[in-house]
Amino acid sequence: MNIHPESLIVQEIFMKKIVLAFITVAVMCFGLSQAMAFKPAVVFDMGGKFDKSFNEGIWNGTEKFRKETGIKYREFEVQQEAQREQFLRKLAQRGSDIVIAVGFAQAPALQKVASEFPNTKFSIIDMVVDLPNVQSIVFKEQEGSFLVGALAAMKSETGKVGFVGGMDIPLIRRFACGYVQGVKHINPGATVFQKMTGTTPAAWNDPARGGELAKSMYDDGADIVYAAAGGTGLGVLQAAADNNKLSIGVDSNQNHIQPGSVLTSMLKRVDVASYEVFKTANEGTWKSGIKVLGLAEDGVGWSLDQHNVGLVEKDMIMRVEMIRGDIISGKIKVHDYMSNNSCPVQ
Amino acid sequence: MWSDLLLILDATLRMAVPLVLAAMGGVFAERSGVIDFGLEGKMLGGAFVAATVAHLTQSAWMGLLGAIIIGITFSMMHAFASVTKQGNQVVSCVAINIFAMGLTTVLGQAWFQRGGKTPQLPPEARFTTIELPFAEELRVVPVLGDIYYELISGHNILVYIAYIMVPLTAWIVFRSRFGLRLRATGENPLAVDTAGISVNATRYKALIINGILGGMSGAYLSTAQLAFFVKDMSAGKGYLALAAMIFGKWRPFQAMLACLLFAFAEAIQSRLQGVPLPIVGVVPVQLIQSIPYILTVVLLAGFVGKAVAPKAIGEPFIKEHK
Repeated sequence: MNIHPESLIVQEIFMKKIVLAFITVAVMCFGLSQAMAFKPAVVFDMGGKFDKSFNEGIWNGTEKFRKETGIKYREFEVQQEAQREQFLRKLAQRGSDIVIAVGFAQAPALQKVASEFPNTKFSIIDMVVDLPNVQSIVFKEQEGSFLVGALAAMKSETGKVGFVGGMDIPLIRRFACGYVQGVKHINPGATVFQKMTGTTPAAWNDPARGGELAKSMYDDGADIVYAAAGGTGLGVLQAAADNNKLSIGVDSNQNHIQPGSVLTSMLKRVDVASYEVFKTANEGTWKSGIKVLGLAEDGVGWSLDQHNVGLVEKDMIMRVEMIRGDIISGKIKVHDYMSNNSCPVQ
Repeated sequence: MWSDLLLILDATLRMAVPLVLAAMGGVFAERSGVIDFGLEGKMLGGAFVAATVAHLTQSAWMGLLGAIIIGITFSMMHAFASVTKQGNQVVSCVAINIFAMGLTTVLGQAWFQRGGKTPQLPPEARFTTIELPFAEELRVVPVLGDIYYELISGHNILVYIAYIMVPLTAWIVFRSRFGLRLRATGENPLAVDTAGISVNATRYKALIINGILGGMSGAYLSTAQLAFFVKDMSAGKGYLALAAMIFGKWRPFQAMLACLLFAFAEAIQSRLQGVPLPIVGVVPVQLIQSIPYILTVVLLAGFVGKAVAPKAIGEPFIKEHK
C-alpha cells in the first residue's frame, strides 16, 4: 500500500492538534480544580501532633478526612507561644477555607486573626471565641472524668486515688473536679490526691516530672492515678507500669501504651470533632457558634478494649454504664468547675 | 513523717543521678583547664542514642555503650576545636549544645516519625530496679532497716554507678598520679609542659572521661528514669550539673552535695503539692514550684563562699609565645 507523504504530514499535524487540545483542556481543568479545591488547615499546639493524647487525637481526625477524600491539608506545629498568631495568620493569608486552632491557648491569637480575616472559617477546640466566623467546640470533660473517677473508686483497693494535671488552668481543674465527683459518688470516704505539673506550657511535655508526681502518690498509698497532662501523662503511665499500679489515660485511647496497667482512658473525641469540622466545611454545612459535646453527644466517654478488658470486671461495666445513663438523663448532675471556678468536693 | 522523709530522700537520690554523673564529668574537664557546658548537649545526645540503640538491640547495656560513644564523640569535637585548634571553648560548647538539640529532634523525627519521640522500650531493654539482698528481711530492724529498704535498695544499676563515681573521681583527681597532672594542667600548664608532660594529651584524656560520664547521664534519663526519648528531655539538667559543680568549688563530694540539694528541692516540690503543712495549711502550687529557685538563690548568696576556678581555665595552651 502506498500512502501519500503529504497525507502523513497532515495526519501528523492533526494528531498534534488533538494532543495539544487535550493538554489545554487538561491544564484548564486542573487549574479550575486548583482554584475550586477545598483547602483545610490545622495548627497544632505545644506538645505536638504525636503526643499520644490531645493533639494526636486531632491529627487522627484530620488524617481520617485526608484518607477518605484524598484532600490534603496544611499543618503547623506550634513550638513557641508567639508562633500561634503567626501560623494562624499565615494559613489565612494563603487562602485556607477552614483553619482548626487546636487548644485553649490559641484563643487570644485566634481572636485577633479571625477578625482580620472575616471570610475565612475558623474552628477552635477547647475554648470559646465569640466571632461570626468562628466555631467553638468545647467538651464536657467533667462528665467523662466523672465516669473514670467512678471506675477508679470501684477498682481501688486502698480507697486512695490520684490525679496528675498538666498546666494549672481552669480547664484542667475541670477534669480534676469531675474525677473527684465520680470517685466520691462511689466511695464518699475516698481520698483523692491532686497535683499539677507546672504553671507554664512546658508542663504539657515533662514526662519525668509526671512520673515523679505519680510515684509520690503511689508511695502515699494511691493505687490508681489519672493523668490529664498531655505528653507529661506518658510518664505517669510509665510510673504505674513500673510500680505495678494502675493509671488512667486521657483524650485519646491510651490503653495500648502500657497494656495491663492502664485501667481505662477518658476519651475526648477530638478526632471526631476535627473530622467533622473538615467534613462539614467541605460539604458546606459548617456553622459558626458554640458546640458543646458531652456524654449525650458521644463527645466524651471511657474506653474498653482488648488491653484493659481484664482489668474492668463485668459489674463495673454495668454500674458505670448506669451512671452514664443517669448523667445523660440529668439524674446525676456533674458540677462544671469552670462555671464558678470552684469545686464542691476535694 | 519518718516515712515521708525517707520517700523524699529516696526521690532525691533518684533525681540527682544525671546531675551527679554530669557534674563528675565537669570536674574532670574543668580541672584540666577546659570549660565544659557542652554537658547539656552530651546528655541530650546520650539520651537519644541510648534510647535508639536500646530499641534496636533490645539491650539497655548496648544503649549505654552507644551513649558513651556519642558522649566521647562530642567531647572529642570539643577537644579538637578548643585544645588542638586553640579555639574559643565557650563557642565550641554552644556549638555542641545546638548541634545535639537539632540533631536529636531531626533524626528522631526522620527515623521514628513520632515527633522526636523514640519507641517505648520494653522492661528488658531498660535499667530496672534491683532489690539488694535481705532488703525485705532487714525491714524489721528499726531505722536502719527502713533506710536500707527505702533508700539504699531498690534503685537501678546506674544509680549505684553514679554514687560510686563520686569517691572514684575524688580518688583519681586528688590521689592518683594522673590526677596530680590533671590539676597541674588546669592551674599551671607551663609548669606541666616544663616537666615534660604533654598538656594537650592530659586535656584529651580528661575530656574522654568527661564524654563517658556525660553520655551515661543521658542514658539514665531515657533508659532508666523513663523508657523513651523525647525532644529536649535533658531540660537544662546539664547546665544545672555545671552550676552544682561550681557551687561545689570543683570538688567531687561538694559537687555531689550540691546536686543532691537541687534534686531535694525538686523532690519536695513534687511531694508538697496539695499537702497541708503545719500552721500555714495548703500552700499554693506556684509557691511550691518556685522552691528550687528560691533555695538556690538563698544558698548562693548566703552560704557559699568565694568559688575559685582552676587558674588556667578557658585558656588554650600555647607552647611558645612569639
